[in-house]
Amino acid sequence: MQYLLSVINDRPDLATSDEQAAIDVFNDQLQADGYWVFAGGLGSPSTATVVDNRGEEPVFTDGPFVESKEFLIGFWVIEAPDLDVALKLATDGSKACQRKVEVRPFL
Amino acid sequence: MSVTDVQEAITQAHHDEWARVVASLTRRFGDLDIAEEATADAFATAVARWPADGVPPNPAAWLTTTANHKAIDRIRRESKRDDKQKAAQMLYDDEPPEPLGAVEDERLRLIFTCCHPALAMETRVALTLRMVGGLTVPEIARAFLVQESAMGQRITRAKAKIKAARIPYRVPSVEDLPERVSGVLAVLFLVFNEGYLATGPDTDPVRRELTAEAIRLTRLIRTLMPDDGEVAGLLALMLLIDARRTARVSASGELVPLDEQDRGAWDTALVAEGHRLVRERLASGVAPGRYQILAAINAVHTSVREFRDTDWSQVVALYDQLVRLDPSPIVALNRAVAVAELDGPEVALATVDRLEDTLAGYHAYHVTRADLLRRLGRSQQSRAAYDRAIELAGNTAEIAYLTRRRDQLG
Repeated sequence: MQYLLSVINDRPDLATSDEQAAIDVFNDQLQADGYWVFAGGLGSPSTATVVDNRGEEPVFTDGPFVESKEFLIGFWVIEAPDLDVALKLATDGSKACQRKVEVRPFL
Repeated sequence: MSVTDVQEAITQAHHDEWARVVASLTRRFGDLDIAEEATADAFATAVARWPADGVPPNPAAWLTTTANHKAIDRIRRESKRDDKQKAAQMLYDDEPPEPLGAVEDERLRLIFTCCHPALAMETRVALTLRMVGGLTVPEIARAFLVQESAMGQRITRAKAKIKAARIPYRVPSVEDLPERVSGVLAVLFLVFNEGYLATGPDTDPVRRELTAEAIRLTRLIRTLMPDDGEVAGLLALMLLIDARRTARVSASGELVPLDEQDRGAWDTALVAEGHRLVRERLASGVAPGRYQILAAINAVHTSVREFRDTDWSQVVALYDQLVRLDPSPIVALNRAVAVAELDGPEVALATVDRLEDTLAGYHAYHVTRADLLRRLGRSQQSRAAYDRAIELAGNTAEIAYLTRRRDQLG
């Protein structure tokens, strides 16, 4: 079973070097324990471009599709047997990156 | 066998067997939804057939077998419609749970799943009452004053989340157990409190069905986890509070405070059982948790025939112990009530006034202040505090009591 662990950013700054170091340790542990599928950090919402090609012509819009104080800053995709394990990993992940983490199952 | 006897047998079987049947079907079919519906179907069949066929010699076995057949029928019907649904099964752990000092019982898995921390508190309450308590959706909706459709949706959504997010069907590991047990107890205490101090303008001040259900479920958990101190503590606490139920509301529907209660009307059997549990915990020598301390406080209150004989220094000492575990303003407020009896209302008021920032929106804060100010002869301030308390209180009996007290001020 795979889960998406979304890291929610609610502060102006990006990860500090201490946080980055803690995230590296956490990532190594995920890999060593066999939970790791994929992970990544994202650029800030101001670097986003929204594409809408539902009409006749594609429309490109500068910026995120919703402006909000809280936004996705990174994520992990993990393989875990059940939600208890996923929540435990998210607990450690939240500590490492010092941000809230949302856990959602893949269908 | 008379019709009443059959009805009684069905009610008894519902009390004794509902959770067991739901739990064993959940285990077998890996699906809470199917387990719930098939169990409900089996009881409906019992209601239809037992009056004519007679109560089977082993009602539990009859119900389990019938529910199993209903579940298989249902799965056959559904698998024709939707193969994908059939494939999505709940995960359960085949390992027997770690020894808890109790026989392994499927119902524990069910309880821990319904009270999983990934579910909202109100959802845990609803799901526990439905799956473990066997209350119907309309009954639960009425208990919490929400629309039946909204309650139905809440339960449906919870079952869908359990399945989709794979909330496991198992007893938590020893390492997580204390926290998860305290989550379960919080659910039961919430049900009890809503019954004991029911809110809403048109509701009875005491909702016996909720307090009784909370006690019944806590007793069940106690049989499953007999060595857990906090489970025993919560049961003792509920019993010692419930023992005073009839003395707590007057004939005219007014709340009767502890110092004015007719102690002869207390239920001596419940008091004795509560005291026995508290003594058992004291004898264990293990440091008590929150519910055990609260139970001990209630044991002090219920061990004297007259209010004036209450051992207040012991009550305050127990609150001191509780403050160390839970330094919340609500505990500090309750401690101040006991301090008023030991050191006088002036000392207590000084403590209470310091809690204003956090408790200004809590009716009990104003109730306590109003009473202390009244005892200090500060009528005008007391009246204002009663006004605020009445505004914030939700229990009809308490509002009636506070209104009379306010109107008696000089």
